[in-house]
Amino acid sequence: MKRRTILSTAAALPFAGLACKRGRKFPFEGELLGPSLELGHHVRDGALPEPAFFQPIDVVIVGGGIAGLSAARHFEGLGFKNYLLLELESGVGGTSRSGKNGVSAYPLAAHYVPAPTKDLTHLVKLLDEAGVIEGYDAKGEPLFAEQHLVRGPDERIFFHGQWWEGLYLHAGESTEDARQYRAFFQEIDRWTLWRDTKGRKAFTLPRSLGSDAPEVRALDTLSFKAWLEARGFSSERLLWLLDYAVRDDFGSRLDTTSAWAGIFYFAARKQGPGEESRPLLTWPEGNGFLVRHLFNSCKSRVRTGHGVTRVEPQKDGTLRVSAWCTRENRAVGFAAKRVVFAGPVQMAGRVVPALQKARGKAFFEAFAATPWLVANLTLRNRPAEHGFPLAWDNVIRQSEGLGYVVATHQSLRDHGPTVWTYYHALAGPDPKADWLKLAAMDWRACAALVVDDLKKAHPDIETHLARLDVMRWGHAMIRPRPGLLWSPLLDLARQPFQGVHFAHSDLSGLALFEEAQDHGIRAAEEVMAALQHQP
Amino acid sequence: MAEVDSAASLDGAKRVPLNASLLFISVFLIAACGLVYELVAGTLASYLLGDSVLQFSTVIGVYLSAMGLGSYLSKFIHRGLAQRFVDLELAVALVGGFSAPILFQAFAHTHAFRPTLYGIVLAVGTLVGLEIPILMRILKDQVRFKDLVAGVLTLDYIGALFASLLFPLLLMPKLGLVRTSLLFGLLNAAVGLWSTFLLKSQLGTLRLIRMRCAVVLTLLAIGLAGAHKFTLAVEEEIFSDEIVYAKDTPYQRIVLTRGRGSFQLFLNGNLQFSSADEYRYHEALVHPAFAVKPDAKRILVCGGGDGLAVREILKHPGVERVVLVDLDPAMTDMASHMPLLRELNGKSLLDPRVKVINADAMVWVAEDRTEAPFDIALVDFPDPNAYALGKLYTTRFYKLLRRRLGPDAAVSVQSTSPLMARKSFWCINATMEAAGFQTRPYHLAVPSFAVWGYVLASPRAFDVPRQTLPDLRYLSDEAMTAMFAFPKDMDRVPAEVNRLDNQVLVHLYTREWKRWS
Repeated sequence: MKRRTILSTAAALPFAGLACKRGRKFPFEGELLGPSLELGHHVRDGALPEPAFFQPIDVVIVGGGIAGLSAARHFEGLGFKNYLLLELESGVGGTSRSGKNGVSAYPLAAHYVPAPTKDLTHLVKLLDEAGVIEGYDAKGEPLFAEQHLVRGPDERIFFHGQWWEGLYLHAGESTEDARQYRAFFQEIDRWTLWRDTKGRKAFTLPRSLGSDAPEVRALDTLSFKAWLEARGFSSERLLWLLDYAVRDDFGSRLDTTSAWAGIFYFAARKQGPGEESRPLLTWPEGNGFLVRHLFNSCKSRVRTGHGVTRVEPQKDGTLRVSAWCTRENRAVGFAAKRVVFAGPVQMAGRVVPALQKARGKAFFEAFAATPWLVANLTLRNRPAEHGFPLAWDNVIRQSEGLGYVVATHQSLRDHGPTVWTYYHALAGPDPKADWLKLAAMDWRACAALVVDDLKKAHPDIETHLARLDVMRWGHAMIRPRPGLLWSPLLDLARQPFQGVHFAHSDLSGLALFEEAQDHGIRAAEEVMAALQHQP
Repeated sequence: MAEVDSAASLDGAKRVPLNASLLFISVFLIAACGLVYELVAGTLASYLLGDSVLQFSTVIGVYLSAMGLGSYLSKFIHRGLAQRFVDLELAVALVGGFSAPILFQAFAHTHAFRPTLYGIVLAVGTLVGLEIPILMRILKDQVRFKDLVAGVLTLDYIGALFASLLFPLLLMPKLGLVRTSLLFGLLNAAVGLWSTFLLKSQLGTLRLIRMRCAVVLTLLAIGLAGAHKFTLAVEEEIFSDEIVYAKDTPYQRIVLTRGRGSFQLFLNGNLQFSSADEYRYHEALVHPAFAVKPDAKRILVCGGGDGLAVREILKHPGVERVVLVDLDPAMTDMASHMPLLRELNGKSLLDPRVKVINADAMVWVAEDRTEAPFDIALVDFPDPNAYALGKLYTTRFYKLLRRRLGPDAAVSVQSTSPLMARKSFWCINATMEAAGFQTRPYHLAVPSFAVWGYVLASPRAFDVPRQTLPDLRYLSDEAMTAMFAFPKDMDRVPAEVNRLDNQVLVHLYTREWKRWS
């Protein structure tokens, strides 16, 4: 047994304990919804047959997440139609996918985007077409229709046996807590105001528009934890809030998050100091709402249930794309002039063997991502509770989980059945070991993890549950560990490789909708430029 | 062994001496129980029907004469006296113990409250009247007659005194009527069980008798355990008047109280109307909108499940259809079927022109595709003291509502008190303006609430209404005009617009009303 295997087995023990409790019966149903692990195994085993024929085509987009769909939509906008988008799963959207049952639509992972300022032109355009924007103010800033903004109350926290408004608990804070809380946000304000010699902000979205001044880049050399310690931030309440924030947005902890990413989280979405951070846009189905609008623009050229198993550059400059059609159990092939690879960087290494060889192991290991467990709980009715009423986002203070969002909050249904989406980022130091743990858990073990956590705030939760469905995400979020965000590896990852162009939020080091969209459009533009030189 | 004694031998010569002094204690207890039932019935009748002198006199009269009837009937009981006595205790326990819950239910759900009241008083009185003669006959061979009469009657009267002091000082304030009657039912049944021990030598199959005691005790105990669903002791202290009906629905707690010649409806502890002055509130809610749109045929009512706004609407002969959307089916069922409410709303919800829909008004207004545009919308939600209510006062709601209206429709929105919650009132007005309505706010005094406010609105410009129906109780043409003038202390103040994503009104409202509580 290798040392690593022993370690990961030891780490898996608490979970294994749960998995072994075969006797535990739940008074509700449910299933593991995904992901499709089987095809990945086949690819690794080399067990799949070769396609008989490679159909000529200009472009193949590999992956139907936000980046891939944004690239496809960009092609459509230009009138370019000689492409296909191949997606392994039965639905597009990647981590922005959603589900629906008789009670409500609900997210399977990503569930909101911050309302963009006019600088985020691509997102503003998408939202305008989706009917989310009502108009523009005198400065050209978009005005959002209120039903798309998070309805109040947006957040609450469970602590000391009851619910409180907001995520930061002001009740019972010491004067030192209050001072540090103010001091932290003053520090954020300082960064909000900061401009480099070219007039660029330190933190903005997409991050490619932000400053690359040494002062800003230096923040990526240390962890958020080290940065906070150096400034004397020690308030337990403040540190909890910040740790929650990075777990929620990046799937990492204070010590595994770059200080740059930590400050980015708070500063990038503010226009100026003292301003509230941007309001959030959300829908009952989460970002599935945006997926639908992206998909509608390109659906005739999307093939779901097509897992790309191999992309091989040929001597004549074309690329052979092999895919496995899961519905028909047969291999299909394309001979493409260009490929947009819109999957995670690590997956690109597995699918494009030449890339694996060219970039080396260390390159791919840098793009480690946090696995997530997301559960959708269908409730027959709502549990009784104490304190602040049900909000959109509901967080339990003493929990490793991230709490739950309420799908019916935005559809204004305040009574009766509802769907809660529960989030748990496996933010341990070794994402790969965490994923092995998660992948080994059966439905019962996952359900136990979720129910036992929620019981802290809702002791009778089981009696209200009709279903509990679990989604396990192996690659939910790229982890912005110190050093990644300004690493030359990110630049390298963006470089096209023998006709393959890359588009994914991994390339920003931040798993954000805005970044994925930006990369999808950039890659599409690269491909269009390349095709014009290569008739 | 006592168990082998057959019932046939009981009146025979074979006697085992009884513990007379312990039986005297049971006289004390049953006397107390009997008086408590009488007081429960009298108090309950005065609460529910008013006129306490009449209610107490008739209850006492019926009760005492029924006791006389019971005493008379006792002579027809010849055999098995001990057995009869235990049965009697169990019967009194059941009828007396459940008297208060039964009477409340009869009041809420039937037209036969008075017959039920006097029926129960008659039954309890008769049974209680049987108790003492039978007990005296059981004891007649054990105790000298003069001691027997003296002992039994002394303890009977002392028991009554004890109950008459305990009832107003301890039982009513701490337990309320329902629990008091159930508790004394339990006590009565306990006396029955106890007497199976005292009268063991004179009883038949003890196991069977005690099983009956156990069944009665269990029933009463279940009743007592379930009594919290009916009323909470703490709640009785919050409401100034007696709770006559209470129900927890999936949406809210509905409470009806009665006192001072009127009755009141509370939702989650907040007063919705008092029958004494609700006509002011509902006339003011309904008729100004009709003055703006006199030919209105299709009316939408949001909230207003008590049917009182619909009563006013149906006074306009041109009305062809009323759609009432109220969240809680329990509320609209009550308004349709409970005699007390049905009388007050004139059976408005049962009118063939009225369609009741139980749904969240916001979801219904957004999603319904079946109803044609409305000429008038009357918005009668509870005050915005919670987020689930606050959403019904947002630009989003008013915009959705506007889509359901004709171009010259009129809307009236109950908008809390412009005096007690001035900013909240003007926030609602500003929110409606932001949703594209022309508004004309107005107010009047509704004594059980405060000075109360509404916003009259239309998608188009309109003048202050000057005319209304004749024969209303509050509104006249002059009173109509007067409602639209705002004194200085209630006049417009700048206010933020209430949106789904800020819910400012809930915060504002809670803060403003806190000053007055």
